[in-house]
Parts: sequence; C-alpha cells; structure tokens
Amino acid sequence: MTAAALIAILLGMILLLIRTLIGPTLYDRVLAVNSFGTKTVLALGLLGYVMGRPEFLDIAILYAMINFVSTIAILKFFRYRSFQVPLVRRGGAQGGKR
Amino acid sequence: MSDLLANLLQFFEMVRYPAGSALCLVGAILCVIGTIGVMRFPDFYTRMHAASITDTSGATVILIGMALMAPGWLIVAKLATIFWLLFLTSPAASHAVVNAAHTAGLQPLIGRIGKKADDEEGAA
Amino acid sequence: MAYFLGLLFALVAFWIGMSGHFEPLLLGLGVVSLVLTMILAYRLDILDREGAPYVRVIGFAMYFPWLMKEIVKANWTVIRACLRADLDIAPTLVKLKTICTSDLAKVTFANSITLTPGTVTVEIDGDKLLVHGLYEQDSQPEAFTEMDRRSARAIDGKGAAA
Repeated sequence: MTAAALIAILLGMILLLIRTLIGPTLYDRVLAVNSFGTKTVLALGLLGYVMGRPEFLDIAILYAMINFVSTIAILKFFRYRSFQVPLVRRGGAQGGKR
Repeated sequence: MSDLLANLLQFFEMVRYPAGSALCLVGAILCVIGTIGVMRFPDFYTRMHAASITDTSGATVILIGMALMAPGWLIVAKLATIFWLLFLTSPAASHAVVNAAHTAGLQPLIGRIGKKADDEEGAA
Repeated sequence: MAYFLGLLFALVAFWIGMSGHFEPLLLGLGVVSLVLTMILAYRLDILDREGAPYVRVIGFAMYFPWLMKEIVKANWTVIRACLRADLDIAPTLVKLKTICTSDLAKVTFANSITLTPGTVTVEIDGDKLLVHGLYEQDSQPEAFTEMDRRSARAIDGKGAAA
C-alpha cells in the first residue's frame, strides 16, 4: 500500500508539472514548483520506506530546507531582477518598518 | 496490569504496519485532491488555497503514517523535524508568493464564481 | 542568558536527533559545530525573543491542538470545493485588525491564517492584515477573532488577551 501511495504522489507531481508548463502567470509557476517540492519531500520519504531504507529521510530534510530557500530566491530575483539588493528594503505599501 | 500493557503493545506491533501504510495512502490521495484543485481553480489566488491542502493535511497524514511504520526512535525524530520544517516554512513560502503577486499588481477574481452568477468584477 | 540556554538545548537535541551516534569523533564534531553556531548567533545579535522563542513553548503547546482542529475543519471545506462537479466558490478580500502587539504574535496569527486552507494572508502592515478567502461567508472579520485572541494569548501572555 505504501507503493500505491508513492504512485499517487508521482501522479500528483505529473499534474503539477502540467500546471508549471501552462501556468498563465509567473506566480502560478512558482506556486506549482513550491508544491512540487513539498511532494518531492514526501515522495523521498515514501521511497525510503518502499526500498526498506528509511535513511532517505535525511535527503528529505535537506530538500525541505532547500525548497523554501529556492522559492524565496526565485521571488526575490523576479522582483528586483538581481540578487544584489537587501531583502528588508521594500517599495510599496509595506514601508521600511525595520 | 503489565499483562494488559504487554497485550496492548503486541496489538500495536501487529496493527501499526497496516495502519501506517493506509494513512500514507490517504495522505497521498489528499495530495492528489489538492493537485486537482490546483488544476481546476480559475485564478492564482484560489489555486493557492488548493495547494495549501498538500502542505498541511496531506503532508501531516503521510508523516504520521510513516512515523507509525518507523523502525526506531531516530526515524521518528527525523519525521518530526520534517513536519516542523514544513509547518514553519510552507505558510512563509505561501505568504511570500501571494504577497509578491499582490505587490506586482495581479488582481484577484472577487465574487461568486460558478453556475449561479458570473459577475467577475475587478478587485480593490 | 535564558535565550542562550534555550538555543543550546535546542541545538543539542537537534544534533542528537539527527545523528543518533555516540562515538567520540561524532560527538566532538557536534561540539565544534555547536560552538561555531553559538558564536555566529552571538555575532549576528539574534539571541533575543524572536531568535530563541523557547520561553513561550508552553503557551504555544496549548495553542497547537486548537490550530490543528481548525486546520482539519478548513481542509474539509476546501476538499469539497476541489471535488465538486461544478465550480462553486466565492473568493473575497477581507481587511482585518489584530489585537496582537509583538511581532512574534503577529507572525503566529498570520501564519495560522495561512496554514488553514481557504484563507491566505496577503499583506500585513502594522496591525492591519489583508486576507484572501475562498468563501465569502466563511471569511468575515468575525471569523478570525477567536484565532486572534488565542494566538495573542499564546505568545504575548495572559495580559495581552484582555
């Protein structure tokens, strides 16, 4: 049954890839990639159980960390078109609170 | 008393693999439901809500299932770490994406969408 | 000092939980990385209430089960919305005012809103929040007052919840 769960997650990942390809805006794609990363974490854990080697969970932890950082990095890059600006400075309604 | 405890432990040992894999399957189906929502919903902001099903309930149920099947306490600790990471980072990532879209001027659809009325008015 | 001890305890628990080995070499490596992390945290000046929020752990532990219950309830609504044959949703934008005072409590409140499916915090500015909800009737400002009160009590303590 764990293998069935793994196959279901892979099905969900394929659907998300379609959304990543056809997503009308950039943010749809970022959202799909972020959700894809969460599913990858879960699929890595389930793969460890299916293969009888739960050590795969270390890779899953690492992926969970990298997924978050990559989402923020993509958003920051497409906001400023550069990595050279500080994250706390924002134009718009938020104002420089810090 | 210890006899009852031993019986309970034996019952738990017997039931934890089927229960764990069933929970994994349920969580995976929840993930697929969230993905179907991401495919179906008409607008970026509403897709966000569907994606958060995967991040919260799907991930939680799958991790609980894997913890039931875990061979040792070390694995449970790692699963708890993954749960904690997802629990802290997924709302932050969702908020970052939505806030970036809102700051960039993407307008959400407001009002009832569906068979009853199709009044899509621009948002404030 | 309390923040220092809290961070130390959390880091030791994290290392033991991740490695699970007790050989002298691995424990020594753990001590080295722990000292490095503490020096970095001290130099970055993040050993404050937000960097080491272990003082409010009991309040948060009381808040967590209620939040989980809310998440399960909201999940059910969104799952039904995903699986309906005809799409029937009423997305809306709501403006809220929170009673949370500290930044940590505001973050807890906004994260709780984002964690419950069906509502996402779009923007937070001072004590005003902009929330996008999937159903207009479920995301009126009154629906969030209990979550607001509970997160304020969990993080700011009893005095703030009045």
